[in-house]
Amino acid sequence: MSIKIDIHKCTGCGKCREVCPGSLLAEDSAGKTQIKYPKECWGCTSCVKECNFNAIQYYLGADMGGKGSFLYTKQEGQLLHWIIVAPDGSRQILTIDKRQANAY
Amino acid sequence: MNLKTKNLETDILIVGGGTAGCFAAITIAENSDAKVMIAEKANIKRSGCLAAGVNALNAYIVKGQTPENYLAYAKNDAEGVVREDLVYTIAQKLNQVTQKVEDLGLVILKDDAGEYVSRGNRNIKINGENIKPILADAVSKLSNVTVINRMNIIDYILQDGKIIGAYGFSLDTAVLYVISAKAVVCTTGGAAGLYKPNNPGFSKHKMWYSPFNTGAGYAMGIRAGAEMTTFEMRFIALRCKDTIAPTGTIAQGIGAQQTNSKGEEYEKKYGIPKTSIRMYSTVMENQKGNGPCYLKTIGISQEQELDLYKAYLNMAPAQTLSWLENGNGPANENVEIEGTEPYIVGGHTASGYWIDTNRATTIQGLYAAGDVAGGSPQKYVTGCFAEGEIAAVAAVAYIQGKVITSPDPQAVEIKARTVNDFFRNKQGLYTVEEIEEAMQKVMDEYAGGISSSYVFNLSKLQVAKRQIKDLLELSYKLKAHDLHELMLIYEVIDRLYVCDTLIQHLSARKETRWHTFQENADYPERDDANWLKYVNSRFSEGEVKIILRDLVKKDDIYEHKD
Repeated sequence: MSIKIDIHKCTGCGKCREVCPGSLLAEDSAGKTQIKYPKECWGCTSCVKECNFNAIQYYLGADMGGKGSFLYTKQEGQLLHWIIVAPDGSRQILTIDKRQANAY
Repeated sequence: MNLKTKNLETDILIVGGGTAGCFAAITIAENSDAKVMIAEKANIKRSGCLAAGVNALNAYIVKGQTPENYLAYAKNDAEGVVREDLVYTIAQKLNQVTQKVEDLGLVILKDDAGEYVSRGNRNIKINGENIKPILADAVSKLSNVTVINRMNIIDYILQDGKIIGAYGFSLDTAVLYVISAKAVVCTTGGAAGLYKPNNPGFSKHKMWYSPFNTGAGYAMGIRAGAEMTTFEMRFIALRCKDTIAPTGTIAQGIGAQQTNSKGEEYEKKYGIPKTSIRMYSTVMENQKGNGPCYLKTIGISQEQELDLYKAYLNMAPAQTLSWLENGNGPANENVEIEGTEPYIVGGHTASGYWIDTNRATTIQGLYAAGDVAGGSPQKYVTGCFAEGEIAAVAAVAYIQGKVITSPDPQAVEIKARTVNDFFRNKQGLYTVEEIEEAMQKVMDEYAGGISSSYVFNLSKLQVAKRQIKDLLELSYKLKAHDLHELMLIYEVIDRLYVCDTLIQHLSARKETRWHTFQENADYPERDDANWLKYVNSRFSEGEVKIILRDLVKKDDIYEHKD
């Protein structure tokens, strides 16, 4: 499990680099952010939530049963949308209202 | 690269801006004008255990319960060996710190009467996805608190028997910080990555505990000669297979039972369910050929399934992704469970600094709280808040009338040389990653890892001890090419020190008190006549020396004497 950064979407703003708890992200020669140590990722999605450009895709490694889907998030006020994209391009959106507690 | 030294001063240095560290800073600011510095390896916005969020507050005194009940539960779950004074002083503060974090902005579920909605006897329901940004925001508003992100603390400055500060280096610039402080509060968290993990390949860091909590606080304390306790009570978590996501949300949330492949609810076959027994029963069922084991979720409603998807997104998004990826959610397929590799963590089990009731360690000027502090299991998030408060109040009292001590320039020079040696070392045969994997293999095979169903014996531990010492020697010859690699080298060195102490503790307790956590094949029975005791240790002259101590009771005020 790890992340991939779409360099076409990444603006190089650096917000994800700031928060990664493992300091795993680095700026490349073109000023974009890349994950330098993909195997060191904890999967906390801190970077995903910082990215305003949908550039960071979070996925499960094949060793964890990953089959090619990925997810990213979109903030909308108090709502956090989790968008899961399947390999065939179909999308599923799960929305969490930050003002509501978990049912469990 | 060559790190140049730079001096910094503060009244109280907090090492690690996680759960306990942030609360310690907030408490100091409320109770004094002391200048506080938080040294944080990452960025406090998302560092420590709470990076992804947390699903519930698991230590709370719900209506009808009392701090005395909480202590009774923790003591029973730990088979009688806890520091009652520490657990009780935490339990008394649980509700007050919960109120405080709610005031800071944490969403906690309430019923129509305004009471928190409980999940069991000690748990309340929250939306904890943003708990860490909430804490970081609160800290950033404090004028006396300076946060230095991306600073990796590597050792205390010990002078004339007192801790007078710490050394650390920046992850961005070639600077070795020499921080002088009147008192240091250690809140670095526990240690992950000691044992070969569940997913040893690409997803090696998909583990229960933060892989970036590498036992720095323990190792610094060990090297400085602080007394440590209960390392032999390892923590092994029962988790969802592969994603290593929590099982409690399913088990407590929808009341799912543990079942084996034959559909039998097996947990009750193994006696009264305790944290370690839930784990042990699963190991035993697998050994008997009854695996895989599951949480029985088939038949839950679509609404319950959706609620589970959302609950996991708030703390362990990999699990939700895994369900969707699989095309079969928990309503149609039971959730497979497995045990993790062992961790050393004082917030779940009880490994850490041997502290007095005020959270002072055995070295003057040094306090500890949270996962790095020993003796009081079942702290969880709110217990770490509470302990951060207690340590902060004690540190504030300690610095009254104290002045900052300047470190001996010669000692600083030696430290700078040692650190810079890692840049000067020639590239040898081994990389830091290889040393880490070798350590995890040794611990897995010879110190009771997953591959041996957590069982060890003295003969195996002796092999582990020797090989860990060899690896420690090799690690000082590693070459760092940049600051990130320097951090990785220090992390592996720290973990090797923790392993060394852990092995000695496992060797010392000649009984089996906590199944799987401490499963001693030479002494497979619990022995209350001889072992209702704490196993403590102190590192001196290159060796871990074991000290056995008598149990401390609830109303005792424990002070360090010898």
